[in-house]
Amino acid sequence: MFDYETLRVIWWALLGTLLIGFAVMDGFDFGVAALLRVLGRTDDERLVLLETIEPTWEGNQVWFILGGGAAFAAWPALYAVSFSGMYLAIFLVLLAFIVRPVGFNFRSKIHDARWRNLWDAVLTVSGIVVMLISGVAFGNLFLGVPFRFDGNLRMTWHGGFFDLLHPFALVAGLVSLTMLLAHGTCWVAYKADQTIADRAVRVGRWATLAYVVFYVLAGIWLAYGVAGYAIVGPVVTNGVSNPLYKEVAHGSSWFASYMQYPWFWLAPVLGVLGAIGVQLSIGKKGLACFIWSSAMVAGTILSAGFALFPFLLPSSIDPRSSLTVWDASSSKGTLGVMLGATAVFLPIIIIYTSWVFRVLRGRVTLEHVRQSGHMY
Amino acid sequence: MTMSIAPDVVTLSRLQFALTALYHFLFVPLTLGLVWMLAIMEAVYVMTGREVWKRMVQFWGVLFGINFAMGVATGVTMEFQFGMNWAYYAHYVGDVFGTPLAIEGLMAFFLEGTLVGLFFMGWNRLSRVAHSLVTWFLALATSLSALWILIANGWMQNPVGSAFNPETMRMEVTSFSEVFFNPVAQAKFVHTVSAGYVMGSVFVLSISAWYLLRGRNVDFAKRSMTVAASFGLAAALSVVVLGDESGYAVSENQKMKMAAIEAMWETEPAPASFTLFGLPDVENKTTHYAIRIPWVMGLIGTRSIDKPIPGITNLVEETKGRIDNGIRAYDAMLVLREDRNNAQAKAILAAHDKDLGYALLLKRFIDDPRHATPADIQKAADSTIPNVPVLFWSFRIMVACGFYFIALFAYSFWQASKRQLDKHRWYLKLALWSLPLPWLAAELGWIVAEYGRQPWAIEGVLPTALGVSSVTAGQVWTSLGGFVLFYSALAIIDAVLMLKFARKGPDGLGLWPPASPAPAATTVPVQA
Repeated sequence: MFDYETLRVIWWALLGTLLIGFAVMDGFDFGVAALLRVLGRTDDERLVLLETIEPTWEGNQVWFILGGGAAFAAWPALYAVSFSGMYLAIFLVLLAFIVRPVGFNFRSKIHDARWRNLWDAVLTVSGIVVMLISGVAFGNLFLGVPFRFDGNLRMTWHGGFFDLLHPFALVAGLVSLTMLLAHGTCWVAYKADQTIADRAVRVGRWATLAYVVFYVLAGIWLAYGVAGYAIVGPVVTNGVSNPLYKEVAHGSSWFASYMQYPWFWLAPVLGVLGAIGVQLSIGKKGLACFIWSSAMVAGTILSAGFALFPFLLPSSIDPRSSLTVWDASSSKGTLGVMLGATAVFLPIIIIYTSWVFRVLRGRVTLEHVRQSGHMY
Repeated sequence: MTMSIAPDVVTLSRLQFALTALYHFLFVPLTLGLVWMLAIMEAVYVMTGREVWKRMVQFWGVLFGINFAMGVATGVTMEFQFGMNWAYYAHYVGDVFGTPLAIEGLMAFFLEGTLVGLFFMGWNRLSRVAHSLVTWFLALATSLSALWILIANGWMQNPVGSAFNPETMRMEVTSFSEVFFNPVAQAKFVHTVSAGYVMGSVFVLSISAWYLLRGRNVDFAKRSMTVAASFGLAAALSVVVLGDESGYAVSENQKMKMAAIEAMWETEPAPASFTLFGLPDVENKTTHYAIRIPWVMGLIGTRSIDKPIPGITNLVEETKGRIDNGIRAYDAMLVLREDRNNAQAKAILAAHDKDLGYALLLKRFIDDPRHATPADIQKAADSTIPNVPVLFWSFRIMVACGFYFIALFAYSFWQASKRQLDKHRWYLKLALWSLPLPWLAAELGWIVAEYGRQPWAIEGVLPTALGVSSVTAGQVWTSLGGFVLFYSALAIIDAVLMLKFARKGPDGLGLWPPASPAPAATTVPVQA
């Protein structure tokens, strides 16, 4: 039905969709977890905060699991190189993912201040780790990462954990952190008891402001301080998935694709507009703020993906090993079957997820958590 | 392909994978089984409207929730690990192996993850029927999840519907229907979920028996035991019958695993006997003190009385031939790397690509398989013999557990139908002390299936040692240490919480019996 080139572009877009799905749907869970002790001053208040996310965070996290599965199936080289190369960073993220389910489930099962304080700390740290490291990892994509393929496409990596902590990547980490903290505060403002919601409004304003500063800083840095990668010679978009069949030069601009497709500018504009929308609407503590912050998240991720296009993972030590949309995908058959499965199931997922959120609608009040025994 | 994979990275990565998979598999089967018990109990509640059944769902639901969280927490590790520690594997077979994993997310895990919160928090927000539908879909999603995971795993055991593509240097799908309807995957799926159902049933049976021994929650416990006995009996029969189906499927495509399980060193005249007991001696390739039951193995393994089951020594000889063919395929692959259109090399590779993996076995011993001496080939062929004593014993203990479960549930079912579950204390004690057995059987089953697949990651296609990432031993030590630390802490916390809530019981948690209305209830002011 589709040719190989189209399927690859679709799967690039779907990878982006899953990433945005994860950041929008699970991002606020991380934000809330990280702000648990900032926004919740008493145990009851923290129970309210937790109850705003507890019934749904598990489903939300599947956006991430699915993103990993889809990367494995549609972009196996990307999955293999990034997860093994950034080994220790990914391991830290993994630990954060391991402690979350047990943290949410076990924390409130025992009425003991030390027990609950411990799990609060665990949830806070796991939230910060995931938000920060995913941003740092994303930042490294622009810098290029040190890997190369041999003739049999066995990849070797020539760097360590601390090489990932380039100042530009750290700024990218702060973009991610402040963005998702702001996103989390919008959720709390919409969903939690008024006293806590008011606190979230104040924190949210600062977080959004910080996000804009870091985002603009990262953009300027990317334009003037980080050299881009570009495929040189003929670009074969329908060819076999073997990265070694192309040549890549380092030294161009990451904004080249923005020059080529001016509509790409809509993405960063959406990001900044979202931030302005948050500032204007957060005081009303309604759904609008959450929609604006979702737009902010989507715009930010899109703007980064657009800048990289067609690169997925550039190699700093052997540029031709770089992974691009045109040579890192699965076979045409696999992309086609996976697209079929996604076309059937993604709409169904959206339908039942919406239903669950509708069932759970309404503000979680302090009165409610004081009355209901906390069984989850 | 000069290979410089440090052997300790291979060993450490394998150790880490085995530990994290075995750990994950402590929780998954219980989730698989317990969720159906909840669904059945809630269906009874919807049909009869009797409050006690709702309370049963809520009480067992608390224990389910603790276990579910552990399953989710340790499941993420499995998805990460293929990329982190098995990057070459991920590249080499991602085109085939990744698809069922992604579909698992789309079709099953998303539903499971989205509904589980509503199961706990939805009691007051949903109608009775709507809530029970949530539970039923949760149960369905859990088993569907197992289906897709086992389709992925089944392909590792029996890699159908795929071929090596020299242009991308990896395996690619040639037929999705063959991958999805892989007979090995079907057999493994039913065997594995049935094992989970058995585990869920033993769990409910044992804890309920403990209440009866203490004289607590008597009605509650008897009802729970009745559900466990019926569901458990069906599951225990299915696990053994379909374990046999699984055995048949194994004998078709993993002859070496079968021979190792049986410690069958030489091909016996058909129909082969089954070794009930014996001490396998790896060095002398013989089994001491063997007690053999004639015919049984031939009947199970071949479903016939005239087909022989090949022994280990004969299989090693066969493997040498496949290694020779594999070297031809490997040579052709290297020619194609330099000259994409070489027709002669393409023809050679097409003729022998099913044996390419056998040439890769040589990489543990020499850098370039094309220069293999007969001694190297002998070593590579010998390396295909799995650990015979471990497989021999794991299999036998697992099967013994399986037959024990049938007996336990048959007796429980009989007692339940006579309404005298609490009559014999010895029975209640037996039920209580049976609690660890399903875990023992499940873990041993994993060892038979996965350790028995060694030295292959993908049977006949990719040796495990080649699948590892370009990471240092120090990195794997770090993660392995982290896992041991975190997983041990979580195991303790999980056990403490499980014991705490099981001890509290429905009475201690205030779930059942319901607080009896005070005699002067009418005078108590009603709070809105």
